[in-house]
Amino acid sequence: MIRLAFCILALIAFTAILVWGQDDALNVPKTVNAGAAFSIPTTGSGKGTLWIVGPDQVVKREVDLGQPIAIAAGDLDNAGHYVAVLASPSGTQTAQFDVTAANQPASISFLARPSRLPVDLQNGITGAVYVFDSNRNLITTPLPVTFELSVASAPTQTRTVTTDQGAAWTEMASAQKAGNAKFLARAGDVSATRVIEQVPGTPCDLKMTAHKDGNKVGLVTDPLRDCSGNPVTDGTIVTFTESWNGGQTTVDAPLKHGVAQAEVPAVLGARLSVATGVVMGNEIRWEGQP
Amino acid sequence: MGGRLLAFVLVAATVALIVVGTMWPVPAAAAYAGINRTGVVLSAATPQGAVNDLAHTIGQQNWGRAYSMLDNKSQFTQQEFIADLRGSYPGLRTYATLDNFETQPLHESDTQAQVQLRLRWSTVVGTFFDTRMVQVVKTGDHWSPEWPLVKEQRVPPQVIPVNYLRWDVIYRGPGDDWGAQDVEAPHVRIVDMRPVQRAAGVAVLGELLNEDVVPAYVSVKASLLRKDGSTLATEEAFDKISHLLLPKQVTPFLIMFPDAELSDVDSIHMDPTSNLVAASADPVIEIQNQKVSPAPYSVFSGDVSNQGGQIVNIAHVLATFYDQSGQLVWVGDQYIDRALLPQTPVPFNIPIPEDLARKVSTERAVVATYNSGEFQ
Repeated sequence: MIRLAFCILALIAFTAILVWGQDDALNVPKTVNAGAAFSIPTTGSGKGTLWIVGPDQVVKREVDLGQPIAIAAGDLDNAGHYVAVLASPSGTQTAQFDVTAANQPASISFLARPSRLPVDLQNGITGAVYVFDSNRNLITTPLPVTFELSVASAPTQTRTVTTDQGAAWTEMASAQKAGNAKFLARAGDVSATRVIEQVPGTPCDLKMTAHKDGNKVGLVTDPLRDCSGNPVTDGTIVTFTESWNGGQTTVDAPLKHGVAQAEVPAVLGARLSVATGVVMGNEIRWEGQP
Repeated sequence: MGGRLLAFVLVAATVALIVVGTMWPVPAAAAYAGINRTGVVLSAATPQGAVNDLAHTIGQQNWGRAYSMLDNKSQFTQQEFIADLRGSYPGLRTYATLDNFETQPLHESDTQAQVQLRLRWSTVVGTFFDTRMVQVVKTGDHWSPEWPLVKEQRVPPQVIPVNYLRWDVIYRGPGDDWGAQDVEAPHVRIVDMRPVQRAAGVAVLGELLNEDVVPAYVSVKASLLRKDGSTLATEEAFDKISHLLLPKQVTPFLIMFPDAELSDVDSIHMDPTSNLVAASADPVIEIQNQKVSPAPYSVFSGDVSNQGGQIVNIAHVLATFYDQSGQLVWVGDQYIDRALLPQTPVPFNIPIPEDLARKVSTERAVVATYNSGEFQ
């Protein structure tokens, strides 16, 4: 308790020294570009100490009063609000100023989601961009950002969005054709690319045929496509079911080279059906065809 | 004073429990400790005693002694005898321990008898029974059992070419840019869900679909919520689900809430999760000759057949039962206790609860497979 009270009193005393001890304000530019050189003129004579305190950065300099203090390029590279304090035997001078990001984009962070989605999905793709200067400061002044979504054999979708507080985002539709899409974001001369995998959607028009194969029935689907005509990805599970009075056989077969096939026992009068996921296909009644 | 009393009570309780455990051991503990079960005669003086002794010796995994007790040991080797009980290929039987056994004399003459032996094996995923009709013959003044050996089918040495798909995954690395995407988790969806009140509690049944084009490792968690929104209980499907779902594959799931009452539940929060995993489309398992025997002792039976080229160590059959309107009625399951060899059908039997069996109109089965050392 005593320690806390002591700390509070010390803080009040330090603030009082700063407020009452200062003679006049330092002449510092109100705004400085991050990483840029500038100078601070001083008056009087003798030696003094300059502190510049800002976000994640403190600069301390021993200075000759009466000479301008040169702040070299790269000394202050973090954007934010700074306080400069010049302490000398004759008193203390303070000033507050802002270091702002340069307006020239040097890098961008590009978040593209999702990395994989079905074809023909409106506003399914989201891209968000954060624009940074060469010192990795977020550039908060409005800047145009261009988004381009391109896929082979389809026109490129382009959007230009102005950044708001350093960020710009957009939504785009996935193409009708499956394949990898190149999603590019560009701000000034800087760009970043992500790959969006556009995969076939739900299978459409599932059909199979049956043929006799020894004492079994061979079942083969037609090449499986989604509703946009894209071949459904190999490995997709297709379920073949054979039902007869009092019995049933089921095979979960993966799609290979676009088709799925299975063999089931040959039972006269059996009902053969096919499905994938929640999509049902055609039905065949097995009457013992050759 | 209070501490001394507590110490005395603890010592007295420990002594009492030791005495009770020694005098009346549970069958499983007795089997582990090599103690004979109370009331079970282990003597070759009677047919039942001889079979009891054989079963007891099997429980101790004293294969040499068990084999030497057999009257028909000239018909097969000790290795074949062990393979009959434990499986030639690693499977659920290989890791099972004998929990207990029952013997039932069926008929007896002066020189021959028949005894039914029911072995109850215990595994990490539950118990299974192995029932054998054991012939017992009298040799001199003692009875010797003849082991009804079921020869395991063997697959001849061969090369089976397969070219099934396999999915491998490269995840985002530590050196990748902050904004770089990781591989997207598979999109899964619960396509059906229904709570059912059972004597043991509330069962939440459902079906989960992998609607993506990549394999998914899935799990489902459910929370029962009261009217005020507070959580009554949360449970997972654990093994009552096929955790690996290939693209467009559907798995049933069953989540049990022991001692819960459906009348206390206002709503249910379902939480399916999925992770992208490396997987193979092999092996394809065919389910043949599925049929449901009529109520009251309704059983869903069939044969599972491995269409691939590799041996499946453990197969788990999950069955979904629907009523005439296509509504979920029940989800049942059974582990196959032997390894699934290529092209070798193995039967399964999944009992359907008596009160639900009459509602069952159609059924659907899936098989989850596991191979030693890797998840298939």
